[in-house]
Amino acid sequence: MNSLLEIEGLNVTALVDGEQRPLIDQLSLSIAAGEAVGLVGESGSGKSMTARSIMRLLAKNVSATGSIHFDGRSVLDMNPKELREYRRSDVAMIFQDPRAAINPVRTVGDFLTEGLRKNTGMSKDEATTRAVDAMTTVGIHRARERMGQYPHEFSGGMLQRVMICSTLLTQTRLLLADEPTTALDVTTQAEVVGLLDALRRDRGLGLLFITHDLDLGAALCDRVCVMYAGRIVECRTAHDFYTHSRHPYSKALFDARPSVDQRVHRLPAIPGSPIALYDVGAACAFEPRCPFSVDACANAVPGLRNVNGGDVRCIRAEDTDTTDLVEERA
Amino acid sequence: MIAAVRTKDVRKVFTVRGQRDQGEHVAVESVSFDLEAGRCLGIVGESGSGKTTLARMIVGLETPTSGTISVCGIDRTSKVRSAGARRAWARRVQLVFQDPYTSLDRRQSGIDCLAETLRLHFDLSEAQQKVRIRELADQVGLTEKQVTSRPAQLSGGQRQRLAIARALAVEPEVLVLDESVSALDVSVQAQVLNCLADIQASLGVTYLFVSHDLGVIRQMADDVIVMLHGSVVEAGPTAAVLDSPAHEYTQRLKSSVPGPGWRPPISKESV
Repeated sequence: MNSLLEIEGLNVTALVDGEQRPLIDQLSLSIAAGEAVGLVGESGSGKSMTARSIMRLLAKNVSATGSIHFDGRSVLDMNPKELREYRRSDVAMIFQDPRAAINPVRTVGDFLTEGLRKNTGMSKDEATTRAVDAMTTVGIHRARERMGQYPHEFSGGMLQRVMICSTLLTQTRLLLADEPTTALDVTTQAEVVGLLDALRRDRGLGLLFITHDLDLGAALCDRVCVMYAGRIVECRTAHDFYTHSRHPYSKALFDARPSVDQRVHRLPAIPGSPIALYDVGAACAFEPRCPFSVDACANAVPGLRNVNGGDVRCIRAEDTDTTDLVEERA
Repeated sequence: MIAAVRTKDVRKVFTVRGQRDQGEHVAVESVSFDLEAGRCLGIVGESGSGKTTLARMIVGLETPTSGTISVCGIDRTSKVRSAGARRAWARRVQLVFQDPYTSLDRRQSGIDCLAETLRLHFDLSEAQQKVRIRELADQVGLTEKQVTSRPAQLSGGQRQRLAIARALAVEPEVLVLDESVSALDVSVQAQVLNCLADIQASLGVTYLFVSHDLGVIRQMADDVIVMLHGSVVEAGPTAAVLDSPAHEYTQRLKSSVPGPGWRPPISKESV
C-alpha cells in the first residue's frame, strides 16, 4: 500500500536543564490516503508530540530524529520555504480547544478567507463564496450571515466545525486531529466525529485522530495505536481491538472505563500512575503497574512483534488473553 | 425521615447584559428533588444545562431566584451574612471542583492545606490534628510523602485525592462533586471513583455527583436526574433511566456514547 505519511523510527527529545530527555522512542506509523488511524493514550504519553513532529511544530528545545515522509518527501529535511508550502497546502491540524486556535478579534469570515486570498490571490468575492460553500458542507446554517460573526458568537461545537471547514479550503491531504472533541458535549462530539468520518471518506483524506478515549478511537478509525510513555505499545485494526488486543495496558484501559450499560462492584483500576519516558530506563514502561509482569519485563525494552494479527510490545502477549473482558462488556 | 438535600421548585435567573441579547437567562427552572442520606444522586446534562448552577446553589455559592433548598432539614435558600454562619453551612456541605490544578493553593503542602481547614472548623490539639490528617490521608489513599508535598509535585489524581480529603476534613453530611473526575486520565479516574465509593461505604456521606459522563454516573449514582436547558427532563433510578431512557434527549445522550459496535452518525452534508 502506498502511504501518504510514513514515520520510521521517530525519536523526539527535549533539552531540559542541560540534559536530553527522551519524549518519544522509536515510533513508526503510516497513514494511507483515506485511512483513519487512531492514536490513543493518556496525558503525557506522547500523542500530541507525535502530531507536532509531523507538522514540525516543535519548541526550540525539542528535536526530532528518524524519518517522517509525506508523499515521498522528507519532512524533517524540508527548508523553510518547502515547510511553509507543506503546512499551507498538504497537512492541517485541528486542536482540542478551537477558541485558543482562532483569533478572537477577527471575524470567522476573515479567518477562513485570509489563507485563500494571500496564498492563491483569489478575489474577495470568490474567497467568500468558497468559504460559504465549505461552511455549508460542515453543517453550519446561514453561512453567509455567520461569516461576519466573531468566534465568541459561536458555540464550541460550531467553532470546531469552523476549524474543520478551514482545512477544507486548501487541498489538504492529511488531517491531524488532536483531541478535537474532548472539549465538546457528547452529543456534539458524535456530530463532529460523524463529520470527520464523512469528510475523510468523501475526499480521501488521511486522518490521524488523537484521543484519550479508546472507544471513540476504535469507532472512528481503521487502525488504532495505543501509546504509553512515548512508545506505541499496541497497534491493530479497530475491528479487532475489542476482541484481539493483547497488551495488558490496552486491556486495562478498556476495563477501567466505567460502562454506560452496567455498574460493576469495583472498577478494575490500574494501580499507580502514568510514568514519563525519561523515568523508564531500559525496561517495559508499564511493568510497575502490570498484573502480568515478570522479572524479564524490567530488564529490557520489549520490541513490537506481531501477535494475534497486530503489533504488540509485550513479552507476555501470548498469555494475556482478553476474551473474558469482552464477554463481560458485551 | 429528613432528606439530606431537598430542593423545591428551585429557579435561578441570571441577568444578561450583552450587546445583542439583553434580558434574562433562566439557568435553572423549577427543579425539585429529594436526596436521601447516604445515597448518591447523579446530575447529568451537557454544558449550559444548569447542572453546575444547581450544584453551586446547594453549596451556597449562589442563591436561588425562587424556590427552596434545605440540607438536613435546615433551610439554606437565602444568603448568609456572617462568617460564622457561612462556616456552619460549610460543615454540612462541601464541594470538590473539577480541576485539581486550580482548586488547590500551590504554595501550600497537603498537610498545611488540611491543617488550615481543621483549625478553622475544630478545636484540636496539635497531636489530635496530626492524627486526623493521617486518617484523612489514609481515607483518600495518599502516602505520608505525598501529603507533605506541594501540589506541583503531585499528579492530577493525587491532587484530586487531596481536594477530596480537604472536603472530608470538616466531616460533611453532603459532598457535592462537580465533574470531579472529568479531568483525570482513565486509569486514574477509576482509582478515584473506587476511592469515593469506599469513602461513602465507610462514612455514609451523601453524594451529589454532577457529571456529563454517563459511564461515571452509571457506576456511582443510585438515582439520576437528566437536565436540559435548566429543566429536569427525566429522573429515576440510574439503572432504569439508562437502560430504557424515556425522554428523547436521554436517548440521544445515551446513543452518542461510543462503545463496542458504535458508529459515528452519518453526517448530513450540505444541509
